[in-house]
Amino acid sequence: MTQLALVIDLNVCVGCHACVTSCKEWNTSGPAGSMCDDNPYGQDPTGTFFNRVQTYEVGEFPLTETVHFPKSCLHCEDPPCVPVCPTGASYKRESDGIVLVDYDKCIGCRYCSWACPYGAREIDEHQKVMKKCTLCVDRIYDEELPEEERKPACVLACPTNARLFGDVHDSESEISVTIREEGGYQLMPEWGTKPSNHYLPRRKTRMHIHDDELERADNPLNKEQRKPHGPIDEPTLDDSTSW
Amino acid sequence: MNPAFSVIFLTTLIGVGQGLFLALFTGQSYSAVKLLPAAASAEFYSIGGLIALLFLVGGLIASFFHLGHPERAWRAAAMWRTSWLSREVIALPTVMGLLFIYALMHYMQWDIVLFTSEAGAELSVSLIVGILGMLATFALFLCTGMIYACIKFLQEWHTPLTVINYTLLGTASGFVLATAFATYTAPGLLKFFGIWSIIITLTALITRVASLLRNRSIKYKSSAQTAIGVRHTKVKQITMGMMGGSVNTRDFNHHMSALFFKSIKWVFLLLVFIIPSILIWAGIEEANRTLLFSAFIVQYIGLIAERWFFFAQANHPQNIYYQTV
Ligand code: SF4
Ligand code: SF4
Repeated sequence: MTQLALVIDLNVCVGCHACVTSCKEWNTSGPAGSMCDDNPYGQDPTGTFFNRVQTYEVGEFPLTETVHFPKSCLHCEDPPCVPVCPTGASYKRESDGIVLVDYDKCIGCRYCSWACPYGAREIDEHQKVMKKCTLCVDRIYDEELPEEERKPACVLACPTNARLFGDVHDSESEISVTIREEGGYQLMPEWGTKPSNHYLPRRKTRMHIHDDELERADNPLNKEQRKPHGPIDEPTLDDSTSW
Repeated sequence: MNPAFSVIFLTTLIGVGQGLFLALFTGQSYSAVKLLPAAASAEFYSIGGLIALLFLVGGLIASFFHLGHPERAWRAAAMWRTSWLSREVIALPTVMGLLFIYALMHYMQWDIVLFTSEAGAELSVSLIVGILGMLATFALFLCTGMIYACIKFLQEWHTPLTVINYTLLGTASGFVLATAFATYTAPGLLKFFGIWSIIITLTALITRVASLLRNRSIKYKSSAQTAIGVRHTKVKQITMGMMGGSVNTRDFNHHMSALFFKSIKWVFLLLVFIIPSILIWAGIEEANRTLLFSAFIVQYIGLIAERWFFFAQANHPQNIYYQTV
């Protein structure tokens, strides 16, 4: 079985919101109609977004670190939002594990948004139906697009390549290998929702320079000068094997 | 959570309707086994049933205000296998239908005694309809309570006490109304309903206080650490990814001061339990209609406060992602 998902690398995300804007742009222009956007340039702007980038400060000043944290529906393997839906508008696709809302069936009761611990569902206050990330289901299978563009809009937009897309059930896929080898983890594992999206932790990248890398070890005189060499007819230092 | 008045009115109004029906049915079954003199007139059951039905209809109308697309509400019956909300959508009309039949049978005096025991206890068709109605009523209480109790990460709600409280509070308000109503149509049953009202109200006080105590010492399983997966004791949110707020900041918070929130608790404890019990006690002594109706009204206002508090108290883990509100 396939389970499509995203892997988001918190070590790389710079919090530029490119995924947020590209997501909104793609999905507001889609066949499902626009996603509401009130007062976009005025006071108290509000609207529906599938994806948001938040920022957290970890640690205590001055030893702090800034973590940019993109958040969208995690396409849980055991999604608590689906069984509570009274109409069947919310469902999880057998074929690829994407959790979707059928906007024509949704009655806008908001119950599913109560049942998602991550706050990933936002009701569209104009269309009055529940909306959430679709993993760009309308582009990842679009054969009119060149193969490399059949990915969610956010993944294509990310300038730092912090977002990877693939099948977490295929143990050899790029994202499965990354999750396995880079310490990928799930959000709020305590609720047993088994999110499909994974996050990669912050990692410190340090350069280690050892003293012997600064100083030549093959320098018996400890001096930066021309190497000593014997008479011209004897073997050179480089010919010798005993160093 | 942000208490929605549509849901507050839905749950409190159908609670009164269900409770009133249970009261009528209790009266009838007690008289059927001759524990009570058949003091109630046919109007007591028929008009009482009609009033109960009106409360249920009122609740149903209120519920439509909660929906974004009420014209599609019929779809909500589809997923009864998994969704308590869907089950409620089926149970509510079932109760209404049975209640309608029950009230009509009493109004038209269509009733056949199927069986009379040696001691004189009678089993009649209306009693059977009443039994079915009672089962449906309890099923409806269960559904309503489970809608909230089944969400495990809303830890304030995820307890059997939620279902118990919905049942007892609804039943109590219905019995109080039945007591007031009995002054017109069944004065002989006044004491019977009055005493039951007080007993149920005080039982509900015990279970509601139990849930308040339970919720006082809740340990939340989610934290900012599990929410973003960073293992550090100090995690502080700086931005929520938006400046003007969103559904997430509006729907999941009560937006009232801590003082207001706390005072509502004392308000409802007083209005739902203490004052009505006193009013009923005084009212049944002298069959004082004003006292008994004010007991009902005071309790109903208290129930609105109680329901507000019930919603406002629930702390949704998604709020961890929206801390800078
Ligand atoms: S993240 Fe929320 S909306 Fe998405 S599948 Fe999981 S529970 Fe459902
Ligand atoms: S808001 Fe729509 S999708 Fe969500 S539970 Fe209600 S009907 Fe289902």
